[in-house]
Amino acid sequence: MKAFEGLRFKRTSSFIHQLDPRVKFVLSCVVFILAIMFTELLPLTILLSVQLPLVYLAHVHKEWLSSLRSSLILATMIFLTNLIVGYVSSEFQLTSSVLTYSSSMTLRFVTLVASFSIFFLTTSPDDLGLALEQSHFPYEFAFAFTTAVRFVPVLANEAQMIIDAQKSRGLELEKGNFLKRIRNYLPILIPLIVNAIRRSLELAEAMESRAFGAKEHRTNLFALKIKMNDVLVLIVTLTILAFSIYIRLYVQIPIVEIPTFQIT
Amino acid sequence: MWRVEKMVSPIIEIDGLSYTYPGAKKQSLSNVTLSIDKGDFVTLTGTSGCGKTTLCRCLNGLIPHFYGGEIKGDVVVSNLNVRDHAISELAQQVGFVFQNPENQLFALSVEREIVFGLENLALPPDEIRERLEWALKTIGIEALRERSPYEISGGQQQRVAIASVLAMKPEILILDEPTSSLDPQAAKNLFQVISKLNKTLGLTIILVEHRLDLLSTLTDRVIIMDGGSLRIEGNPREVFSSMSAKLMGIGIPKIVRLYQELESPPEKLLFSIEDFVGYLKRI
Amino acid sequence: MIKVENVSFTYPSGVNALKSVSIEISDGEFVAIMGENGAGKTTLVKQFNGLLKPGEGDVYVDGRNTRDLSVAELSKDVGLVFQNADHQLFCETVEDEIAFGLRNFGFSNRVNKKRVKWALTLLDLQEYRKISPFMLSGGERKRVALASVLAWKPRVIILDEPTVGQDQSQKERLLQFVRQLNTQGNTVILVTHDIEFVAECDPRVVLMSHGRIVADGPAKKILTNPKLIKKTSLILPQITQLFFKLADLGFPKDVISICEAKKLINDFVARRS
Repeated sequence: MKAFEGLRFKRTSSFIHQLDPRVKFVLSCVVFILAIMFTELLPLTILLSVQLPLVYLAHVHKEWLSSLRSSLILATMIFLTNLIVGYVSSEFQLTSSVLTYSSSMTLRFVTLVASFSIFFLTTSPDDLGLALEQSHFPYEFAFAFTTAVRFVPVLANEAQMIIDAQKSRGLELEKGNFLKRIRNYLPILIPLIVNAIRRSLELAEAMESRAFGAKEHRTNLFALKIKMNDVLVLIVTLTILAFSIYIRLYVQIPIVEIPTFQIT
Repeated sequence: MWRVEKMVSPIIEIDGLSYTYPGAKKQSLSNVTLSIDKGDFVTLTGTSGCGKTTLCRCLNGLIPHFYGGEIKGDVVVSNLNVRDHAISELAQQVGFVFQNPENQLFALSVEREIVFGLENLALPPDEIRERLEWALKTIGIEALRERSPYEISGGQQQRVAIASVLAMKPEILILDEPTSSLDPQAAKNLFQVISKLNKTLGLTIILVEHRLDLLSTLTDRVIIMDGGSLRIEGNPREVFSSMSAKLMGIGIPKIVRLYQELESPPEKLLFSIEDFVGYLKRI
Repeated sequence: MIKVENVSFTYPSGVNALKSVSIEISDGEFVAIMGENGAGKTTLVKQFNGLLKPGEGDVYVDGRNTRDLSVAELSKDVGLVFQNADHQLFCETVEDEIAFGLRNFGFSNRVNKKRVKWALTLLDLQEYRKISPFMLSGGERKRVALASVLAWKPRVIILDEPTVGQDQSQKERLLQFVRQLNTQGNTVILVTHDIEFVAECDPRVVLMSHGRIVADGPAKKILTNPKLIKKTSLILPQITQLFFKLADLGFPKDVISICEAKKLINDFVARRS
């Protein structure tokens, strides 16, 4: 259940939290594009470090670090795969460029994780739902999205209660060979599914009782509005994007290489 | 201030209602006839599986519109025959609060929860805002408006559920075992909120409950169901004193049980603590 | 049987659920752990079968430190029945459901059969033997859940909120059953805020509030203390409320059950007339 922690929204208010989710999404996408555009170590490092003030402004450094930490395993795998492939293709030599390339690939991944986790940590799922709705997704889709987010902690809690109940009846999840272990999860999965179905029926009943789908065009009290700050952030973001494209096309980026020690 | 005038005219009329869930062999309700007056506080009770919840579902159209099944007889609520009107239409007459608070709150903040139904009805934003403030104030949960439903206690969750239904300004409020997961103090507080709605707004209340101890002095009328039909009904005094209530496994208040088990009980029912004290002081 | 020494426990979410709790429960005792929702009752009993291990302090079951044992090993002696039966039912038949624990604990097939039959009879479930537990009513499902734990005859039985959602006749049945288990020598621990239920079974009451034990003693003493009751979001038993008002007629104040109240009032009426 810890995997969700890095993505769970924390209700605080800050400059970043108050930005329109659509603007924040553009911001994350620009980071994404830039990370794809550059393969050099230097610009990627800059890209990662410019995000630090944002994290600081939003007061989510703890959660942000924990989501980076959980991406560590994947990052290591990316690094090693690139390293091995490079090592093999350069005739079994660990050259400095292989090492640099692997590092920048890993850095690119970490940058992406970092930017999207800022997005999720500072955007309330409610606002995200509204953003979906106002971007002309059907209301049902947006509603399903926010409801799913609302029930993640509830279901996680329920799963824990089921695990506790079955362990109390002597179930040992880590016992036996591979197949047996999969079977061990049946006593947990079945109640989880049965309860989820029961819960969804109850939810549907409650929704019906509150006139869900009564009118074709429902009112939206909390419609998102683009504010001055949003416009500013958008301009800055797009300027950076344009500037970066210029650099990419016309400027020679200084190469920083990681030196290797020849093993003989 | 919005208020339903209290006058003695039936707001709910049920005539010869029988119902079978789809795929079920047995009837869940058989030949129920009942009328409830405007402004009444009715407590509906009975052992589990007696048809209480099914009856409530008939009152806001969940039966037959949501559940299907086979329905006979008529249910008329605020002059609307539930068979001919959609649940969303009935929702403006009948508010329904369910047992499990967790499964009736979908939004991520209390405010958004309360406006959910109003938004669905496509009311103008100004009216929604006005009703939101009114509902928050009436239930006394202004302080919770920005909180998310899983951060607050069970008792608070049920208040939010009531507020979100109340905002739709129904004339009838149905509550299906709303206190079953609450601790005694929270249950007592919730009953007080419900009683207040009944007294100050004239809302007709139908409360399904097992905890009759805390209710006997708040409710006007008690209905006991058994095996899909109504068995006993009347004011709490009459109902609790009838021996058959005890035989049907109803949780009659302990004070009444004590009275019933006395060796030589006085003729007049000792219904409350005050009754008991008065009686013992007199002899 | 169970010994808790200065146990503190904090959930990963940061909730400090137990604050230096110490308690001892002897073999064959009947204990009700009471308190408001979120007082730490369930967190405490989860320490008894090792589902949770203490952050600080130690828990001993039969002299063995729970840190050294698995949940399965501890559960053999300490049976924990959870509030919601739907969190554990998953088998095709009631019979299989009851046999699940027995199989996990490695009882022989012969013993399994015998125990299943015994548990079915004990909870009056014989007629549902071959039926899916999902077809049963709420009260029946609760009984299946209980039977599935009692089947391996744990010496300590913990019932978490057994009366929630139960009607009066189911409660009365449960009351009798719990008493019977206790008289047969089992240690019974109830976790509940149903004060009227506890008033009728007169156990030792452990009162918790905000992660601490605030009172521990016989039900008659604890449940008639208005200060403690208020602090833990409970309400005085109805009978007690009555006897508080009767104090100036010479009645004692510490009365909680109908049975006792009946006797006192009958005597009083007989003396007066």
